[in-house]
Amino acid sequence: MRPVALSAILTLLAFGGRATAQELPPAAERTVDFRKDIQPLFAQRCYACHGEANQINGLRLDRKKDALAGGHSGAAILPGDSANSRLVHLLAGYRVKVVMPPAGPPLTPEQIGLVRAWIDQGAEWPDDAVTAAPAPKRKVSTTGPGSRAPTRAAPGQADRLGANPIDQFILAKLEKENLAPSPEADRATLLRRVSLDLTGLPPSPEQIERFLADSAPKAYERAVDRLLRSEHYGEKWAMHWLDQVRYADSDGYEKDDPRPHARRYCHWVIQALNEDLPFDEFSIDQIAGDLLPHPTEEQLTATGFHRNTLKNREGGVNYEQFRFEENVDRVNTISTVWMGLTLGCAQCHDHKYDPLSQSDYYRFFAFVNNLEDELVPAPLPGERGAWLQTHAEYRSRREEMLCEYNVPELQPAWETKVKYHGEHPGEDTAWDVNWDTLAKMTDGGDKYILIPAEERTEQQADVVTDYFLRFYTQVVSGKEYKQLGFGELRERLEKLEKSYPQMSMARAVSEHEPSREHHIHVRGGWDRLGVEVQPGVPQVLPQLPAGANRLDLARWLFADDNPLTARVTVNRVWQEYFGKGIVSTSDDFGLQGDKPSHPELLDWLAEDFVQSGWSLKHLHKRIVMSAAYRQSSKARPEAAERDPDNRWLSRQNRLRLPAEVIRDTALASAGLLDDEVGGKSVYPPIPDGVTSLSYAGGFAWPTNKGRERYRRGLYIHFQRTVPYPMLMTFDSSERSVTECQRERSNTPLQALNLLNDPVFMEAAQGLATRVLLETPSSELSDRLDYAYELCFARKPSQTEAERLEQYYRDQMRLLDASPKSVAGWFPVAPEEFDRTAAAAWTGVSRVLLNTDEFITRE
Amino acid sequence: MLDRPQFRHIQSRRDFLSRCLAGLGSMAVADLMHAEGRTAPAADPLAPKPPHFAPKAKNVIFLFQAGAPSQMDLFDPKPMLTKYNGQSLPPELTKDLQLAFIKKNAQVLASAREFTKSGQCGMEISDLLPHTQTIADDICLVRSMVSDAFNHHPGQSLLMSGSPLPGRPTVGAWLTYGLGTEARDLPGFVVLSSGRGTSGGSSNWSSGFLPSTYAGVPFRSSGDPILYLSNPDGVTPEMQRLSLDALKDLNQERLDQTGDLEIAARIQSYELAFRMQTAGPDLLDFSDEPQHILDMYGVDGKLTAPYATNCLLARRMVERGVRFVMLAHASWDQHQNLKKDLQKNCDITDQPAAALVKDLKQRGLLDSTLVVWGGEFGRTSLADIRRPEDIDSVGRDHHPDGYSMWLAGGGIKGGQVIGTTDDLAMHAVDDIVHVHDLQATLMQCMGFDHTKLTYRHMGRDFRLTDVGGKVVQQMLA
Repeated sequence: MRPVALSAILTLLAFGGRATAQELPPAAERTVDFRKDIQPLFAQRCYACHGEANQINGLRLDRKKDALAGGHSGAAILPGDSANSRLVHLLAGYRVKVVMPPAGPPLTPEQIGLVRAWIDQGAEWPDDAVTAAPAPKRKVSTTGPGSRAPTRAAPGQADRLGANPIDQFILAKLEKENLAPSPEADRATLLRRVSLDLTGLPPSPEQIERFLADSAPKAYERAVDRLLRSEHYGEKWAMHWLDQVRYADSDGYEKDDPRPHARRYCHWVIQALNEDLPFDEFSIDQIAGDLLPHPTEEQLTATGFHRNTLKNREGGVNYEQFRFEENVDRVNTISTVWMGLTLGCAQCHDHKYDPLSQSDYYRFFAFVNNLEDELVPAPLPGERGAWLQTHAEYRSRREEMLCEYNVPELQPAWETKVKYHGEHPGEDTAWDVNWDTLAKMTDGGDKYILIPAEERTEQQADVVTDYFLRFYTQVVSGKEYKQLGFGELRERLEKLEKSYPQMSMARAVSEHEPSREHHIHVRGGWDRLGVEVQPGVPQVLPQLPAGANRLDLARWLFADDNPLTARVTVNRVWQEYFGKGIVSTSDDFGLQGDKPSHPELLDWLAEDFVQSGWSLKHLHKRIVMSAAYRQSSKARPEAAERDPDNRWLSRQNRLRLPAEVIRDTALASAGLLDDEVGGKSVYPPIPDGVTSLSYAGGFAWPTNKGRERYRRGLYIHFQRTVPYPMLMTFDSSERSVTECQRERSNTPLQALNLLNDPVFMEAAQGLATRVLLETPSSELSDRLDYAYELCFARKPSQTEAERLEQYYRDQMRLLDASPKSVAGWFPVAPEEFDRTAAAAWTGVSRVLLNTDEFITRE
Repeated sequence: MLDRPQFRHIQSRRDFLSRCLAGLGSMAVADLMHAEGRTAPAADPLAPKPPHFAPKAKNVIFLFQAGAPSQMDLFDPKPMLTKYNGQSLPPELTKDLQLAFIKKNAQVLASAREFTKSGQCGMEISDLLPHTQTIADDICLVRSMVSDAFNHHPGQSLLMSGSPLPGRPTVGAWLTYGLGTEARDLPGFVVLSSGRGTSGGSSNWSSGFLPSTYAGVPFRSSGDPILYLSNPDGVTPEMQRLSLDALKDLNQERLDQTGDLEIAARIQSYELAFRMQTAGPDLLDFSDEPQHILDMYGVDGKLTAPYATNCLLARRMVERGVRFVMLAHASWDQHQNLKKDLQKNCDITDQPAAALVKDLKQRGLLDSTLVVWGGEFGRTSLADIRRPEDIDSVGRDHHPDGYSMWLAGGGIKGGQVIGTTDDLAMHAVDDIVHVHDLQATLMQCMGFDHTKLTYRHMGRDFRLTDVGGKVVQQMLA
């Protein structure tokens, strides 16, 4: 890595931009007193991250034993040898990547000189020199002769802000701008905020009660830990990941065939996040799990990442063209998701702004140019045993059924003919089409048919037979096809398969052997081959040795000298907590991207993330524990005047919830949510006519009647050409190309959706039922209190309560005058309570579910 | 023009103003922001804004013929095909030909149609389109359209969004982004459809990376015209109003507490939604249309009814200020049964489309409304034969190298033909109009320099015409 040169080229490579020293400042030429000269300095500048509360990188500088032992990188202090002490190098920025301390002004040469002298004089550390006070309570003083004392915005603030290093960076900036941070949000708001952010679900009344009753200093941290342990954490953060990896349940393009096995990948993502699979492994498994030595089923499942790309099965498409387009999408996705680079610009020409050439693009392209589609067994726990027990019986019954319809007699003749026309195109269009369709509509059918029937695997054989049954109609008359009864047979086979225990399958990839040749594509044209290239990463970045493959690329993303991945990742996580990233263009860290608001913080968070072993849960906890995160979101005119975008974070931001979370929160508050984790796609009610807008109206939506219809939004079947309307209305990603940042729009269609969609009407009815059944008293005000707790984790204000009581009375009056309406508002006649009251409460609930506050994370 | 960072900046501007004006009612705040104007469209991203220069047209009706209509049977007579009918062409003539299903040795298929010189201009139009013949002097027929894409979804995507790959905003989204909309009680970009669903599905009206505010809103032919437009069962208009009043007060209190003007925008969204609930049914209520108008479109015709209804709706929407109406009809993908299915498609669409142009004209709306008719590409002069035993089952394959579309109205010079294709309909040869050129010209009519209406995304300024497009001056009035 060449930090100095690179930082001049790409902001993304060295945001911190701290000058590195060519040599060390000289040691002071006097006797140093640890207690007077060194300890206060450590306390002031180091303890926040290397003290009692935090020991980043394993280093602790407030205790003699720990300090002399060093951190994860080994000894930091070599008594008698300051020139070779890592601590001194870090303080001086000499031969290191980062300069310590990362926030605030660097130490002066004089201060470093004192540390050097102390070490050279033996690093004397009197045993009675215990820390007088923990770092956060320290008084901020001048940092050296001539330097201006930063003004703390309010006395005692450091106390309140605690020892989270994030806050040191945020505060340093606010101090510089002479702005005070906001006070902490009230506790109920805080609990709702952190619950929605970590799990996408609101806190239950019990959780609120327990939290409000817990006055211990660690109460909030305990709540955070509980939420991080919740399985719903994996669901919430899978949602953000699925946007980036453009996950969907169908192929896209005209045919847009459903992908029933795609959900296995989604399941893997949720599990991996819940298990806190380190982000490097999480990523390497997805990019190159198949190339790992002896990959597990889970690692192969992870490679479903590559299969999320669109697939064009339209008749007559050129196979090579769309293989090329798939790989273009893969390059764009990998470079955006892990590198924050808009490599896509270089598909057609050298990048205009960033130092990325077209050759860089196609060298990178070469890494994914050998991908082959695979379908692999990926049983979930418990599936394999039942499958093994019954599989032989299933196969023999399937064979019997095929025999009933003379398939074993008819299929070989068809195979011979279809193969012949594959080799002799132009003789008969119908057979040409049949061959073309085999290649397009199956994954690998055109290859499997060339394997002698007796040598095909079960899966290969089934692909060919199932294709034959479905598309034989292309080459025989409609009458003949009907007589054969293949339509009926296909239905029976499907039923038969469903009657036996299933084993989950996963869409995976393998590497094409031998390797394809890789070329530059002139002006990005799939068929305009330029010079040959070898796999490689952009020239401006640290290089891989020749002969590198996809696995090497995946590992390179996490190499010590690759500065991109950690920064890009922490920035995207940060963005979900504050509404925008430290770099606000989270999809572009290049020269055209936004400058970071807190460069040192970005570097520090990235470094901390790496040091934690790439633990996402660690990163989440770091952020949500910070005072910056916990601030009130209330607007502050005096701050807004100076910082209208609130980039310095003198308060939290109010954020409208993501589409899926709006649905989940409504269902959860209503007590309707089915909170099962993982599994298959679901089909909640969808208005008639929506799917008729799919190609030829060919896509059917099998609406769930049972509890599945109340599952979380991220499980809703995502059909690319007819996505579930509510998701799109609330700015879900289209899941066609990678998306790192959703917009938050505010439209009348959203209002209509929340007001009139049967799903939300059902939620209003559920909430009404809950309020009527679960409130211990039948007082209107008590019921309102409970409804508010369920929806907002707080009690209503007096004016709110009065307004809703008035609404309730008016609604009762209208319902009394229009008894026919009651059944619409509340369709079942309950025994436990008055139906008109239930209808009126449905009205109250519907109002609450439509408030801005309900769909907002305060 | 507003770019992505600026769009995001609106949020913070709202915050800012709300703080300065804390205590004022939300509407007052919005009005002040609106009056302040400049680049930010205040709280409403759909508020009308001026284009780059004085536009010729204010609205667009895109009669999207999905599936690729057969140009040599509709608009581009090729007598030479009769001479070679049933023969394979020499390889040197077909060497550049890209084909989906048939091979290069396929036989030439002559058109069975008769062409009539129509209007004062004498434009030759097929007997399948007798009504279109009557508007020949109003339309500009382009016979030299070319597309880069060869398959339906990519082709439709290129036509609508300027890129064959998914993820870009479509032309209607670009225009509502650039111009906002005059329609106060209806969406600014509406999609109507008849026939089967299109290959592109929702990607044909996607807002791509633009905020979803600018996405096309599908109007449905049955049930609610707009999703969730009608109240749930039992909810009377009075009850709906009662709920909205309570909701407004709760939201207002929250606005006062938090000072977040996003809440003011939300209050406005609910009020607009309520107005849409009235405006939607009004729009669909044809009782104020005289019978001769209904008959002119064919609203009651057995075959024409759905398409005629959509054409009439399109006019009514334009009258109400809807910026962009896409009217999709599928499918024109006649690989087989060309004779029968082309006849059927024309019987469905010809009369309503011609009626739309005439009706707009007689109301003085044609000058400010740009009407576009066409699909993603055209069809081959070579036959697609799947069942040789049935001669009527013959069709044509895909062909992007020379096909026809027409435009009429705002800014377009009618009564002229642009471009030619060679005698065997292999290539556009003169005045070639690429899809990007069509888009550039459309933007020009709407008052935009197509290279300057851009949006920053993934580190790049994107535009409708990607990296191409030149305005076809000849088309302009």
